[in-house]
Amino acid sequence: MKVFWRGIFSSLTRFRASIVSNYLFVLPALIMFLTFNVYPFYKVFQMSFRDWNGIDPGGGTFIWLNNFKEALFYDSTWWESVRNAGTITLLALTLQNFLALVLAWIVDRGVRGAQFYRSVFFLPPILSGVVVGLVWNWIFRGEAGILNRCLTQIGLGGWTHAWFSDIRTALPALAVVHMWKGFGWAFIILLAGFQGIPRELYEAARVDGANEFSVFWRITVPLMVPVFTLVGVLTILGSMQLYDLVVVTTLGGPSGHTEVPMFTILRELTDNPRFGYASCLGVVFGFILVFVSIVQLQVAKRTKAE
Amino acid sequence: MIQVEKKMTFERITLSLRRILSSIACHGILATVAFTCLFPLVWMFSSALKTQRSVLTDMSLIPSHPQFVNFTKAWTEGNFGSYFLNSVIYTVGVVFGVLFIASLAAYAFARLQFPGKNLLYYMFLATIMIPVPGAVVAIYVLIMKLGLIDTRLGYILPQINGSFAVGLFILKPFFERIPIELEDAARIDGCGRMGIWWNVLIPLARPALAVVALFTAITVWNEFILAQLILQDQALMPLTKGLLTFWGGRLAQDHLMMAGATITVVPIIIAYVFLQKHIIAGATAGAVKG
Repeated sequence: MKVFWRGIFSSLTRFRASIVSNYLFVLPALIMFLTFNVYPFYKVFQMSFRDWNGIDPGGGTFIWLNNFKEALFYDSTWWESVRNAGTITLLALTLQNFLALVLAWIVDRGVRGAQFYRSVFFLPPILSGVVVGLVWNWIFRGEAGILNRCLTQIGLGGWTHAWFSDIRTALPALAVVHMWKGFGWAFIILLAGFQGIPRELYEAARVDGANEFSVFWRITVPLMVPVFTLVGVLTILGSMQLYDLVVVTTLGGPSGHTEVPMFTILRELTDNPRFGYASCLGVVFGFILVFVSIVQLQVAKRTKAE
Repeated sequence: MIQVEKKMTFERITLSLRRILSSIACHGILATVAFTCLFPLVWMFSSALKTQRSVLTDMSLIPSHPQFVNFTKAWTEGNFGSYFLNSVIYTVGVVFGVLFIASLAAYAFARLQFPGKNLLYYMFLATIMIPVPGAVVAIYVLIMKLGLIDTRLGYILPQINGSFAVGLFILKPFFERIPIELEDAARIDGCGRMGIWWNVLIPLARPALAVVALFTAITVWNEFILAQLILQDQALMPLTKGLLTFWGGRLAQDHLMMAGATITVVPIIIAYVFLQKHIIAGATAGAVKG
């Protein structure tokens, strides 16, 4: 009996020791996660109820919901920046993703040089946003900008603009650069989605006499709904959180017309500095993003059900 | 009979004509977009080879007197040599950190049993999916409290955290597909779990590790927000922030700025030309499976 209990005990401890050492393998990941995800997550909520300049050792004063009141009801600059990012996002969701869809569809049908096109289209997404912004800054610049010179050369001299500093064109110009950098992402994901569809389905449909259009509409689209959703969500998250392009092109100008949320948040942090308010804007913006993503997922779910 | 045959050939001709036309249209679209993708880059490179005077006036794509000296000037006078070295240090540091942390965790999630395993896995994955745009504020505060502002470590650590979840996500299924018999063999030879991880799984997972490494490297090379916040010391800046500093500092040296921009993208383009299969695999793996 004694031997029996000892056996149980030792195997139990061995079991427990092995579980503890199993944890050792996730420990580095866990420490990272707790330090750089959980703590900041808590901290950003905590700070959003405070008024703190980032220097005072006490962490500033607790001011209840005043930051939120200001952000939600009084800060028109903030909401304009959300609206600007929203405009860019809508353009990206429609124009950029439509272009990406057309391109992915063509490449998937197997044109000559498909490999080449695929490589080239995915080039802008892997480049630094700072570089992309600087180069496009040059293309769109007022004097000596290459776009303006081309326009003049083909006799459209009247169309020239200082694209990034004209109130009417700054935001669309920024959106163009953003979409130039982003369409390759949508393209590559959509293409991977298209290529995941079994070819037999197409052949079967063609044997049944379906034409190209109805094959696309009846077979491809329903199977691609999850991929469309993914591309949609990624586009929303990426476009709303646009930052580096703005810093090197317009800096939010002219007079706030290309101000975007991440830019506003970081400016509150570095220029003013209002850490509490920046956190609060971050929280508000986080809720906006999660809300929009959920709406998008729900819409997708409903389309799938139908 | 002849009538029918004639009709057939006519239909065949229109069909092939339509096919040719649609193929021309397709190639037209593809080529136009491809041109728009490449043109800004070609132009950046060509501007980097012009002089300060000709950079604003000379519209040619191939300058008549290419100034390769611009690159040396940017490298030394423009500080891009130092920025480049910093970018390399950050990239190598983060990539090794990510590979270490993600492969250890992926092994545990693929093979070992411990309470709370699934919960933990989904929490890690949630960090990829759930946007916390304000977190950058808190990370800045954290780095400040740790006294890591303007240090290499303070810039590397948050980026390891930013990328290891994607690495875990790519590596775990890969580890799961490795036949368990290989591990049993190693176990009989006296390997512990650590030994199995290092001697069996890591060597076999090389292709997946390469994908993770490349994907992480590109992310780090292009990172900007954290550099903007954490690094004010010019001696520590990576290329992205250095480029911005150069842009803000000396407006009259556009040709050198373009040389700096070229220096920034060339390593990425070279890596892309040779390893694009892995890069695209990394980019789509996370996306499509999610």
